[in-house]
Amino acid sequence: MKNTIKFMIGLLAIGLVSCEPEFENAVTDEGFYDAGDADFSNYVALGNSLTAGYADSALFVSGQEDSYPNIMAQQFSFVGGGDFTQPLTSDNLGGLLLGGVQITGNRLVLSADENGNPFPATLDGAPTTDVLTSASGPFNNMGVPGATSFHLVTPGYGSVAGVANGTANPWYARFATSESSTVLADAVSLNPTFFSLWIGNNDILGYATSGGSGVDQAGNLDPSTYGGNDITDPNVFAAAYSAQVDALVAGGAKGVLLNIPDVTSIPYFTTVPAQSIPLDAATAGAVNAQFAQYNDQILPLLVQFGVITQEEADSRVVNFVEGINYPIIVDNDLTDVSQVLQGPPGNLPEELANLLGQLRQATSDDLIVLPASSVLGSVPDPSNPLGVVGVSIPLENQWVLTTTEQARVAAAGAAYNAVIEGLAAANELGYGDMKSALADVAANGAFYNGGVLTSTYVSGGAFSLDGVHPTPRGYAFTANTIIDVINTTYNASVPKVDIGTYGTVTLHNN
Amino acid sequence: MKKVLLLTVLFLASAVTYAGGYRVSLQGNKALAMGHTGVAVINSSELVFFNPAGLVYLENKLSVSVGAHGVLADVSYQNSATGDTAMTEAGLSTPFYAYVSYQATDWLAFGLGIYTPYGSTVAYEDDWGGSHLVNNIALQAIFVQPSVSIKITDKFSVGGGPIYATGAVNFNKNLTRTLADLDGNRSEVTLDQTGISNWGWTASAMLKASESLTVGVNYRSEIILSAEDGDATFENIPNSPLTPFADTTFNADLPLPAELTMGLSYKHNDFLFAFDYNMTYWSVYESLSVDFADELITDTTLLRNYKDASTFRFGVQYEASESFTLRGGYYFDESPVQSGYFAPETPRNDSNGYTAGLTFKVGDRLEIDASFLYLQFNEVDASYDYFVEGSGGPANLINQYSSFGGTYKSSVFVPGLGITYKL
Repeated sequence: MKNTIKFMIGLLAIGLVSCEPEFENAVTDEGFYDAGDADFSNYVALGNSLTAGYADSALFVSGQEDSYPNIMAQQFSFVGGGDFTQPLTSDNLGGLLLGGVQITGNRLVLSADENGNPFPATLDGAPTTDVLTSASGPFNNMGVPGATSFHLVTPGYGSVAGVANGTANPWYARFATSESSTVLADAVSLNPTFFSLWIGNNDILGYATSGGSGVDQAGNLDPSTYGGNDITDPNVFAAAYSAQVDALVAGGAKGVLLNIPDVTSIPYFTTVPAQSIPLDAATAGAVNAQFAQYNDQILPLLVQFGVITQEEADSRVVNFVEGINYPIIVDNDLTDVSQVLQGPPGNLPEELANLLGQLRQATSDDLIVLPASSVLGSVPDPSNPLGVVGVSIPLENQWVLTTTEQARVAAAGAAYNAVIEGLAAANELGYGDMKSALADVAANGAFYNGGVLTSTYVSGGAFSLDGVHPTPRGYAFTANTIIDVINTTYNASVPKVDIGTYGTVTLHNN
Repeated sequence: MKKVLLLTVLFLASAVTYAGGYRVSLQGNKALAMGHTGVAVINSSELVFFNPAGLVYLENKLSVSVGAHGVLADVSYQNSATGDTAMTEAGLSTPFYAYVSYQATDWLAFGLGIYTPYGSTVAYEDDWGGSHLVNNIALQAIFVQPSVSIKITDKFSVGGGPIYATGAVNFNKNLTRTLADLDGNRSEVTLDQTGISNWGWTASAMLKASESLTVGVNYRSEIILSAEDGDATFENIPNSPLTPFADTTFNADLPLPAELTMGLSYKHNDFLFAFDYNMTYWSVYESLSVDFADELITDTTLLRNYKDASTFRFGVQYEASESFTLRGGYYFDESPVQSGYFAPETPRNDSNGYTAGLTFKVGDRLEIDASFLYLQFNEVDASYDYFVEGSGGPANLINQYSSFGGTYKSSVFVPGLGITYKL
């Protein structure tokens, strides 16, 4: 009997050691991953729509949850990261209300017609996120959709009163700590131990997406005079940006500065081909006949009178051929000859003179913006079937980012990036070359477990339906890119995510 | 001597009974306590399962064994590249058995067995990292086996009988790694079918080579459980013609593989030593192919590519006293899962089973059988590399494989209790 008791005790002991299976080195053990020289306990992300998790033309809960700062914060939790708060919206519709009146649109979803052909559509539904129903800021994610570099240091940018008259930002107004606070001050008030700063994209993006409708403000040092589609002067950028870095590092925080990608490699500019007008031989010939006078008489005369150069005249020749053609466009950087043409010796009627005023045919280097897909080749006046946009009606300036305009965007972007890189080096901060990362995705694609991430609209997986902002998978790729930089800079070993587990575009039919 | 035995039991326990795949080797408390050996052990009506040929050698006119096991199985998962972790939800499954043998004449015996040799219950947290492979699965099969045992000579007998198998399956998984509805709820499917049945058979032989040595062989045929018109229920599906997942019915075959067992036992004084070798013909399980009735829904094939797998079993029994019989055992269980096919619904790598148990005699006719099994697994770095991305998703997603893997660690602890009644 004594032995039986011993035996039963033996049995029990064995039972006890066999409970939950534990790993020799569990990823949840302290020290499995290394924070290196950084302290991730209080991470604050500062930036614009990209930082906020904006996608599909809107900011909504599920998108915010997949913002790159939130993905990074989840990974930081393995190396001492603390809570990461976000100004979550109230729904997954994405539209914003101001006092019950909708002021921004709902998100885009990928719908399909009865034949299965997909197309982006705005999601139906009444949104519930109201600017007046203040979210109690500040938040660890201080990403504000639409913000430029100088907006982050502009007092009153979160003024509710200012939203109605267009001087303030509705997303920031939701969670600004006061009517006069700045995004930067709110961020710094959190006393971050680690930060990321990604700002400056909107300093060129508005100009680019509007087909160069704004003004290149190089030389204008007063940003209060800028319009929404203007390019920020690099010195204005540098002043705002360095103020932000100074304020963020003042408390001893470490962080990472992220540069500005080349906007022209995003699907917003690469989806609609410039060469897009199919014509048969007869139509091409008929259209060419319409432009014969312009090509053969007007342009040489303008050169002869010294109004335009021979080079400009050559660029303005319109010639359609059998096959796929480039559309005719309005190029604001061409000499406006509409007044000249109305005078002698041409004496063209005003309507025709205006049509030809800044006209040329697009080239393979011009970028047609995504929304132009519904305009290009359309017949705006049903009573005039010959009035085809791109053939007899020029594509307006807002639909085309010309090579001249691209050069302005590139020059400003390069100037900003020089500032960012310089400040990163001077402050011994991480420098995330997002420009190269995006260029690599656009050129080669990024391989991941289960696929290849590319910049192709809809099917590439990296960009959401607005053609500008990433999908959750694109944001996960972004987070991994930044984590690499952090690990290198701070001798850390923050684990990355499997981007294949993050979604792309959302399928839904209203 | 008794001290030595206790140490032996403890050692065995720290050093192996359960099997790879979804085979659940828990067909008798006496046998399990001896490393689930029994093809050459003449002990009780557990022989209905282990070797029906041996029934004719049982000493009693009537012998009944009934019992059950409580399976406490846990699996931990982690991926050191991403920090992803998961753990199965603690659950208890209770395989059971009931055997009756009846000695009709001195050369003829009959038996009847009801037992549960296949099954699997694994539940992960919904939407965990491997949710596109499995969220949870519950698989049960009950075998009913009438048997006959015929003594050909005093030393040689044969046995066998038909097997009626009935099973049920409930399997829930997310459709892909990412597909979700408007609010981000992951799209999932539940496959459910009960009362799936089919027939198989078993045949065996036993040779009492000498007073001490017994040799046995047993074969149990493969049984394919074919689910027909099971319920396929889809949830959280986007409202889109690109994802035409509507509730429908499905057909799928689940093979319960054949098993060949050879073994011997050797009796020395109060000791009995046993050795069994199992070969389970898992290679029949090439894939789990689900054929949906709705033609709009792409049929899915989950590759399994199992290989035939061996199990080596050792057991010892010691008749300590009139009342007590002590048992211990060990087995090595080879996993049928091949590299690259490690699916988390049956996360089994090779394992060592350590067993012990005892029988307590309550009077002349009744015995209480207790056993336990600790199944020890090493950590294993393994992955399932054949998940087809975009299956059934939008056409623009590339059809290529993704991999899901990391480090797995399983533990299984199985206490068991049964009674044997002899008349």
